[in-house]
Amino acid sequence: MQEKTKGNRVLIDGSRLMIEALARAGADAFIGYPITPANLLYQYGSQRLKLMLPAPDEITTLQWMSGLSATGQLPVTATSFPGFALMLESINMAYMMELPMVIILVQRLGPATGTATCGAQGDLLLLRGMISGAHPIPVLATADFNDCWDLAAKAAEVAINLRTPVVLLTSKEEVMTQKSFDMGTLAKVIPVERKHYDLECEYKSYKPTDFVPDFLPVTQNKHQVRLNASTHDQTGILQHSNEESMANTRRLEEKVIQRMKSHYYYSLDEQKGAKKLIVAYGITSSAALDATEMLRNNGDKVSLLIPRTLIPTPAFYRELMMKHERVVIAEENINHQFGKLLFGENTPANVAFVGSLGKMISPEEIMKEVTA
Amino acid sequence: MNIPFLKTDALPFCKGCGHDLIAKNTTRALEKLGFNPLDVIMVTDIGCHGIIDKCLNTHTVHGLHGRSSALGAGITFGMEEPGKKVIVFIGDGGSTIGLQHLMEASRLNLNMTVVVHDNFLYGMTGGQTSGLTPHGFNTTTSRDGNPFFGYDICALAHTAGASYISRVMGIGDISDKLAVAFSTKGFSLVEVLEICPSYGMKLNPRRKLSEIAESSGKEMGEWLNQRPPFSPQQGRKSENLLEKVDPIAPKFKSYLKKTTSIILSGSAGEGVQLAANVLCKAAMRSGLSITQKGSYPVTVGVGFSTAEVNLSPREIHFHGIAVPDMVVVTSADGLAHNKQRIAKMQGGFLFIDESLEVPPTGAEVICHDFRGMGARNASIFSVFFLALKTGIISTESLFKTIEEEGLSEKLPVAKIKEALVA
Ligand code: SF4
Ligand SMILES: [Mg+2]
Repeated sequence: MQEKTKGNRVLIDGSRLMIEALARAGADAFIGYPITPANLLYQYGSQRLKLMLPAPDEITTLQWMSGLSATGQLPVTATSFPGFALMLESINMAYMMELPMVIILVQRLGPATGTATCGAQGDLLLLRGMISGAHPIPVLATADFNDCWDLAAKAAEVAINLRTPVVLLTSKEEVMTQKSFDMGTLAKVIPVERKHYDLECEYKSYKPTDFVPDFLPVTQNKHQVRLNASTHDQTGILQHSNEESMANTRRLEEKVIQRMKSHYYYSLDEQKGAKKLIVAYGITSSAALDATEMLRNNGDKVSLLIPRTLIPTPAFYRELMMKHERVVIAEENINHQFGKLLFGENTPANVAFVGSLGKMISPEEIMKEVTA
Repeated sequence: MNIPFLKTDALPFCKGCGHDLIAKNTTRALEKLGFNPLDVIMVTDIGCHGIIDKCLNTHTVHGLHGRSSALGAGITFGMEEPGKKVIVFIGDGGSTIGLQHLMEASRLNLNMTVVVHDNFLYGMTGGQTSGLTPHGFNTTTSRDGNPFFGYDICALAHTAGASYISRVMGIGDISDKLAVAFSTKGFSLVEVLEICPSYGMKLNPRRKLSEIAESSGKEMGEWLNQRPPFSPQQGRKSENLLEKVDPIAPKFKSYLKKTTSIILSGSAGEGVQLAANVLCKAAMRSGLSITQKGSYPVTVGVGFSTAEVNLSPREIHFHGIAVPDMVVVTSADGLAHNKQRIAKMQGGFLFIDESLEVPPTGAEVICHDFRGMGARNASIFSVFFLALKTGIISTESLFKTIEEEGLSEKLPVAKIKEALVA
């Protein structure tokens, strides 16, 4: 593994990098309420963003964010499953109204309150089905501190450019652990440009250009804006289920599928001649990196895939797995959620899993499965 | 050219529904106040009143059941331009589904008006009892009369701090009364009483609106609070989060060859996390990579306090510690919390305060008087002791860290130096 330059090394946590990158990308407001293990994000958000609002509860959080978003601001919040669950209906609203926002979901051990200070990767399938109709919502998963920076900025970009809520998926160990980190590896964050509809002719709140409707804030007075959480036509007027409104609902799905194609983020470390492939996302990717290195040092040939765009799920992940004789997917749950996302209940014979409950998966556990 | 607020006078409500009166008086009030339709943002809730959207020339936002006052609140937070008006239409049902949102908007005294269409029941869903249904009022879910008493939504908003609250009978011209609310600085709420002809009238024949209001204690009136309205957090400092994170340059040497995991375990209030932080920063000054995390009970001031640290000459990816290479125990709480992991150790070192009973372990045990330095200093002293005994980093790098991090006053540097010589 390449040793990085040591001139710029600091002791830092992932939460700090995430909020700073979001601010630089154009986030305007942090709407928060306390929940472990997302409290550092709340603290940094309150220090960094132009506007900080302490919400009294999770539903209010999402509603305030939606209102702010309607005025052209980009709001951010951070939560964990118990809070996220309460936000669900409102996230559906923001999805339907097409309001940009970033929701950082810090996974912890469930069910319910579970263990607030124990990490987990247990929420992926919830995310896949969280929009009624199972329409996809963009989910980006951080694998390391550079992702806390880069993907946070990308989340802001996707939210604005696709007019949608985006989930930045992470977990307790990724945002609360302090690590030595080389700041010289951080790329410059370019602020996301917010384009507003600027034509004289009639504006329709949900008339798409390349799947995404042009945006106008409700604070301007040139054109009428209509935002609607109920089934609606291009104007934003409630409709039961006529052709135009159904086309609009279909577009919500197509928008995410089509426009996310330019946001497929992953890293693939291919070893020539390798017939084995390790796949891990989020917190487990650090163990997968170590496992890959140790296996190679032992003379085993193995490739490593770290998916970052989880939803919508690039078909490429599946295709790559099918090209390998043995695939090991490692994730911190006991029901192989990423595997189910890819294959449903019909796991191909060449795919094996390493799971865990209540503790991080170690490199040794992955190695054992790869060489089994 | 004056654009009217309403596209049509034929509103989509049942004949005789009070919603019609509220909608027309709202637009009349706004016209009287000189608003242009596109300076007004109408946020509507779920319920019959919400289908007014399509008839309006204002901006329209149609949200979820009960949540529209929070959605409207969000819009007010983002409104920098004066001369805009956020109005929320909500029903009696929605106002208790989202009661918290109404209280919050009142407490923060946000610049908006909520018009509660109180017809004593959920109309759109079939005439069910709501939180504002008066005692004894018949609904489709309480045909023998509501056994419960309804909220006084005006009193609640008043207690919560709204600038202006009024209760109005939904009869005749109420536009002036609405205009007072619309021109209020801060939060205003108007509860308009009405009867839903389709359910309320049918289920409560011969009852009059005024009589229902009187018998249920829904008194007409105005209530005021003299409080400043919400103002945006002007001049708030936005702090670059990376500015105060100082780089730590390597100045010392470490001969550490492989990743080494260390657990410091003691009691809350005894400086365990700080000691771990000094250890990590000294390791970075020695050119090592580190990871650090803490664990302690939710009541942070009592019980154990454990810090998990990895040091490595290379970049660290996986930072979990199943079986540590070294454990330092400075208190009984710390021992109890890490007994299991200590038992699993097949080698490495266990540093333990001499007052404690040595637990079963395969590690080499080194007992020392850490607490003799005082409970608060036991942990930082143990870090120096560990450095001295194992040589993973130099004690100089630890002293330098204390100096450069501005901790010389806080930590007993001279006493530690003395003890190390001994
Ligand atoms: S059902 Fe009742 S509340 Fe709804 S429009 Fe008809 S009369 Fe009005
Ligand atoms: Mg009602």
